[in-house]
Amino acid sequence: MRKYYDQITRIAGNVVTVSAAGVGYDELAVVVGRRRTSLAQVIRLEGDQVSLQVFAGTQGVSTGDRVRFLGRPMQVPFSADLLGRVFDGAGRPRDARPDVEAERRDIGGPPVNPTRRNLPGKMIRTGIPMIDIFNSLVESQKLPIFSVPGEPYNEVLARVGLQANADIIILGGMGLRHDDYLVFRKTFEEGGVLGRTILFIHTAADPVVECLLVPDLCLAVGEGFALQGKRVLALLTDMTAFADALKEIAITMEQIPSNRGYPGDLYTQLARRYEKAVDLEGSGSMTVLACTTMPGDDVTHPVPDNTGYITEGQFYLRGGWIEPFGSLSRLKQQVNGKTRDDHRAIMDACIQLYALCRESREKRDMGFEMSAWDKKLLAYGKLFEEKIMDLRVNIPLEEALDQCWAILAECFEPAETGIRRTIVEKHWPKTP
Amino acid sequence: MNGRIVSVFGNMVVAEADGRVVQNSVGYCCRGDGARLLSEVIRIRGRLADLQVFEETRGLKVGNPVEFRDEMLSATLGPGLLGQIFDGLQNPLPQLAAQTGYFLKAGLYLPPLPTDRPWEFTPAVQPGDAVQAGDTLGTVPEGMFQHRVMAPFGLAGALKVARVTAAGPLTVDKEVAVLADAEGKEHSVTMQQTWPVKRPLAIARRRLMPREPLVTRIRIIDSMFPVVRGGTYCIPGPFGAGKTVLQQITAKFAEIDIVVIAACGERAGEVVETLRTFPELEDPRTGRSLMERTIIICNTSAMPVAAREASVYTAVTLAEYYRQMGLAVLLLADSTSRWAQAMREVSGRLEEIPGEEAFPAYLESRIANFYERAGQIELRDGRLGTVTIGGTVSPAGGNFEEPVTQGTLKVVGAFHGLSRARSDARRYPAIDPLDSWSKYVGIIDPDKVTRMRDLLRRGAEVKQMMAVVGEEGTSIDDFTTMLKAAFFDNCYLQQNAFDKVDAASPADRQQFVFDKILQLVDVDFQFADKDVARRTMVQAQDLFRNWNYAEWRGEEFKKTLAQIDAFIAAKGQPRTRAEC
Ligand SMILES: Nc1ncnc2c1ncn2[C@@H]1O[C@H](COP(=O)(O)OP(=O)(O)OP(=O)(O)O)[C@@H](O)[C@H]1O
Ligand SMILES: [Mg+2]
Repeated sequence: MRKYYDQITRIAGNVVTVSAAGVGYDELAVVVGRRRTSLAQVIRLEGDQVSLQVFAGTQGVSTGDRVRFLGRPMQVPFSADLLGRVFDGAGRPRDARPDVEAERRDIGGPPVNPTRRNLPGKMIRTGIPMIDIFNSLVESQKLPIFSVPGEPYNEVLARVGLQANADIIILGGMGLRHDDYLVFRKTFEEGGVLGRTILFIHTAADPVVECLLVPDLCLAVGEGFALQGKRVLALLTDMTAFADALKEIAITMEQIPSNRGYPGDLYTQLARRYEKAVDLEGSGSMTVLACTTMPGDDVTHPVPDNTGYITEGQFYLRGGWIEPFGSLSRLKQQVNGKTRDDHRAIMDACIQLYALCRESREKRDMGFEMSAWDKKLLAYGKLFEEKIMDLRVNIPLEEALDQCWAILAECFEPAETGIRRTIVEKHWPKTP
Repeated sequence: MNGRIVSVFGNMVVAEADGRVVQNSVGYCCRGDGARLLSEVIRIRGRLADLQVFEETRGLKVGNPVEFRDEMLSATLGPGLLGQIFDGLQNPLPQLAAQTGYFLKAGLYLPPLPTDRPWEFTPAVQPGDAVQAGDTLGTVPEGMFQHRVMAPFGLAGALKVARVTAAGPLTVDKEVAVLADAEGKEHSVTMQQTWPVKRPLAIARRRLMPREPLVTRIRIIDSMFPVVRGGTYCIPGPFGAGKTVLQQITAKFAEIDIVVIAACGERAGEVVETLRTFPELEDPRTGRSLMERTIIICNTSAMPVAAREASVYTAVTLAEYYRQMGLAVLLLADSTSRWAQAMREVSGRLEEIPGEEAFPAYLESRIANFYERAGQIELRDGRLGTVTIGGTVSPAGGNFEEPVTQGTLKVVGAFHGLSRARSDARRYPAIDPLDSWSKYVGIIDPDKVTRMRDLLRRGAEVKQMMAVVGEEGTSIDDFTTMLKAAFFDNCYLQQNAFDKVDAASPADRQQFVFDKILQLVDVDFQFADKDVARRTMVQAQDLFRNWNYAEWRGEEFKKTLAQIDAFIAAKGQPRTRAEC
């Protein structure tokens, strides 16, 4: 059935409206013009008026163009041939190699039945103490890095990608600068993982609507591999670009914005994607690590705010390190009770003391006299930053825990740490 | 009654109806492949009915048929609800998984109650007995409860038992009795009945003022901001502040008959955690599996948005059902903001005039009506039943000055506000002891609570002042006050949810420890200088913290108590209360 509709009645923003019959909601269409053909998706049906969101934008679309409906939602080819390949936001090869011929998977498919999910319980070791000790990353977790623009968020993302030891790495780039894309490629190449990596890259130069598809493409492919028993790591950067694309579309659709121009369903849109992170009962898993840049370093901005309500924690990247306050892995308690018996005690004590240290620093900066206790805290804070927080530190968890005990013993009496006696007796370094 | 789809936009469908359509009735949108998608009529304009579809609308077409029904969206009530996990439309999720595997499938609906499971029925009435809606006709054992099979709630007026089935095993669809109404019309009654979820279910002699404390075993709640059985409370807080964990530990440890968990628009993983851990945990009161007293209704954030609303109403209806049996039920809804957002999405598509932050104007009344469904009732036979509702709120930007938080605060009896500062400092539970409030009286004498609140307030004032004038500029008395407040916060208000013992503190332990804390706070320490003060209080803290980890009334507990008593005795005389 190759029926074409040629009655285009409206072109506005990225949306084209055409008169047509028998069209399904959410279905895919192609808009065929004299100069180009672009994919589009049905976003509204009203009588015989069908509104389509055109992925490549409506620039150049004319009332003389024709529309053909494909009778199916957006899909992505799925097979092992995808490995090592690079695609754009519409799923077209970006690496000057041929299309992948394979069975196709629907994107934006239905959610997993919660009863078929496993309780996450496998720690992903990253070698970064601020993650491993204080906010352990867990397989199947969904976690964003909240970052001020300018921080090395893509580097951290790539480094975790390398060290996480996943079977398949899928990178989704949204509004990515070309340089960043090259950096990712280079990192994966040098790390020797390019052969198990798939990249979907939308750059700042590409049409906005294509940005919207990137997470869905990545997650549909990732889900496919997870169903085959693979441990998938999806890296999405930058989700703020994704949200801004949503905003742009919502505004052209004349939706009433709820908060700073963002549509009221921003939470739902983000959640649909992040919730694809999963540990499937009897099969593989998908971990989603994303990056969300915070405009103006404002965590109450709708994008980081809604993200925080969805994900299982967040890492704040600020001033070159992962902030101990605010950063949180909500799944850490699933794994940090099984590592070493002092893991939790160290985690709590070191952070509480570091919080006190910051208070003392404030007092000091205001010119107040430092008590003996303040001085202890200051000394502690300095050591803690140098030996634990610094992003260059790359040591296994156990070594990092020992390091923490050494720092505590150098600065405090056991009771001052607030760590319970039984643990102190076992781990407090015996010789000064 | 039939109709046809004329437009589709998101989860909203407009259909042209051939005849009579009932507002809030159920409709099915029939997709080309045969799937029938459950929907609800939410507006009628002339022959056009607006429906919110409780499924993804992908694949629906203009011209697809719509079947309109007379009934409203309803919950199925009967034995076998306990221990189950349902989606927002009361589909049993494990059974769905058995049919469709890993993924949910739009348009597949299964009966909520197992139809093949026999229940040991014992009749409680005889032919000729006069009964009314809600009266007990018989009982079946359901886990640890005697589940009451009740005369249908929808049958009005005086009824007479015409026949009753003899004792024995019966499945839910079998007749247990026949009731005759005033006109003599006979109604066959089974163990299961339905009730429209948006209509409160409270068949009672009267509503009572709820007074009995609901012991959650969370110290800061029970001692400082108590909840009562039949009361309402809310937990607003920024993301990650600990709302869900607080509800999870409440679901685990609360001294209550039944817990209904409504996971509304939140993470699937959190439901999985409950699902996987509860069957292994013991109910603190009965020693049986926690799952036996729990019902989970889950419509997670990736599941259809319109079903979020259905999920909270279904949950409260199930809670009310067990209240009719004279039980104490606790409904925990996480998060009411997601439900409010679903209302906002629908309202936007209906192009209603938006209120603040684009929420609809009726937001507040919907919230109020929901919390009004909590309460203590006296049943017709004099027994009491309660529904307590605790809802979390997820305010945008963590700012409580927003419509959902404000609308909720107007109607609830207790406010447990979580603070970002406390959760960042890992002071859990992160309930802000200065901002939070409760209108209820709990297990601790209100005078004592007031004293400790005053101490906390003064401690905070000193701390603020000290930030300006420094430690040098602070008097030793003020300084001691601040340390005492911090001591109370650290050793009592904070509680380690991941420690076997500390996680749950029974009421008598709380009363005992609270008194001991008061005793310590009352000590007139006469510190020589601030370093001595700090060191002494660190010592006290160390003692009390370890005390928290010791089994209630165990050897370790007694040993530490003796140390604490010795510590207090050595440090001087308690001040008289007036001075403190
Ligand atoms: N009582 C507690 N004890 C120890 N840790 C806690 C406690 N409460 C919360 N946490 C920590 O904070 C994390 C977040 O808590 P939780 O999931 O309850 O937040 P939330 O307020 O429900 O957030 P959201 O609004 O995003 O759902 C937990 O995963 C845990 O690490
Ligand atoms: Mg939560």
